[in-house]
Amino acid sequence: MNALKDSLIELIRRTSVELPDDVNQALVRSLENEKKGTIAESALKIIDQNIELAKRKSQPICQDTGSILFYVDCPVGFDQIHFEETTRAAVTEATKKGYLRQNSVDSLTGKNDGTNVGPGAPTVHFHQHRSAEIAVRLALKGGGCENVGAQYSLPNEKLQANRDLDGCRKVILDAVLQAQGKGCGPGILGVCIGGDRATGYEFSKQQFFRKLDDRNSNPELDALEQDILKIANELGIGPMGFGGKTTLLGVKACSANRLPASFFVSISYMCWAYRRQGVTLSVVGEITGWLY
Amino acid sequence: MISLTTPITEEKIRALKVGDAVSISGIIFTGRDAVHKYLHDGGVLPPEVNLRDGIIYHCGPVMMKQPDGSWRCTAAGPTTSIREEPYQGDIIRKFGVRGVIGKGGLGDKTLAACKDAGCVYLHAIGGAAQVLAECVKQVRAVYFLEEFGSPEAIWELAVENFPAVVTMDSHNGSLHKEVFAASSAELAKRL
Repeated sequence: MNALKDSLIELIRRTSVELPDDVNQALVRSLENEKKGTIAESALKIIDQNIELAKRKSQPICQDTGSILFYVDCPVGFDQIHFEETTRAAVTEATKKGYLRQNSVDSLTGKNDGTNVGPGAPTVHFHQHRSAEIAVRLALKGGGCENVGAQYSLPNEKLQANRDLDGCRKVILDAVLQAQGKGCGPGILGVCIGGDRATGYEFSKQQFFRKLDDRNSNPELDALEQDILKIANELGIGPMGFGGKTTLLGVKACSANRLPASFFVSISYMCWAYRRQGVTLSVVGEITGWLY
Repeated sequence: MISLTTPITEEKIRALKVGDAVSISGIIFTGRDAVHKYLHDGGVLPPEVNLRDGIIYHCGPVMMKQPDGSWRCTAAGPTTSIREEPYQGDIIRKFGVRGVIGKGGLGDKTLAACKDAGCVYLHAIGGAAQVLAECVKQVRAVYFLEEFGSPEAIWELAVENFPAVVTMDSHNGSLHKEVFAASSAELAKRL
């Protein structure tokens, strides 16, 4: 019990205070690329300092420590109920330690009991597999970037977006335009083409567990990802929406089957403070490796 | 870098233009969604919360209570401001606010209030919770902690050299409108 809880607290701590290497490297490249002496460059410099300071002080990169989203790959026979209970205990403890803000509000009463535990908080998604490995991935997704996510239903007459890949491209780029700097850019898009309204958003978020420098194995989606990234960075929205060269650090897209009647394109936006991490665990819950 | 120290005069605010980098020192008050709605609904501020010639910071910090009962601010970046657009202009006018710190900018109603009342929008770097918490030298007091919860309470902060950029000035200038228009035009060329 304690080994698992301690491991989950450490996973939460590291996710909240340290950016993964792939994101760090992308931010360093965007700083090098930005025009010198601009407010965009100075924003990226402050971001750079902030990343270093958060890690050194073991304090949250961003004060909005976000929705707490666990994804667990587990073997057959894994005790999910025990795991979920331990997750809630770890979240409560991590909040007391200041790795998480008191961030969960009762939507009906407006009360914040300070524990970060309640209906839908945290969320734990289990996925059973044939391997003996236990892998726990965590994303902390802040509200600012969550609020600029968007779901489009095609066709969309206003955007002249039809039910094809070009239509998908139009609505995805519209989401980038509408987001401007409000989601704390430079951001990362997770996209799902198809699905229903719930699975579309869900799959779009799961894209955030891909590394920034990976390439999509589907050639059409790969081309779409590269195209959106290139065009978004030509729009001049820039870091924080200050104007500048880097609007997005990455685009990750997937597809899901849809009903003949529905064609949703779901877009989740992740801020530069891209808090995702993962661990593999031993049978008793000790950390055996880090995934990012 | 232009220094701004609270309380701030109207003259000092009127001299600021979009794109100016500023460094803020003095007393500032956090206030976000719950506070703005409360004030909009006619809620009253405690006498200690004097916003006249002062600054509201859209921020829900991480605060750790210390053994002696004081508070330590361990993370304090800005939250997205646009949610306060329905309320912000009225609050600027009613309370004589000179500066609003946040991220992402506000809309036309607030821009009009900035022009009429002499106020600016000061854009802090979103997500830079540690750099900005370092600028918080003292947590002086907290109001509405029970009612609104820690992130939504009004925290009275003494800050030094808090960095921000003027993105909406008191002369109808808005970087957010400029960038939106320019990026819309660029996108239209590529569709």
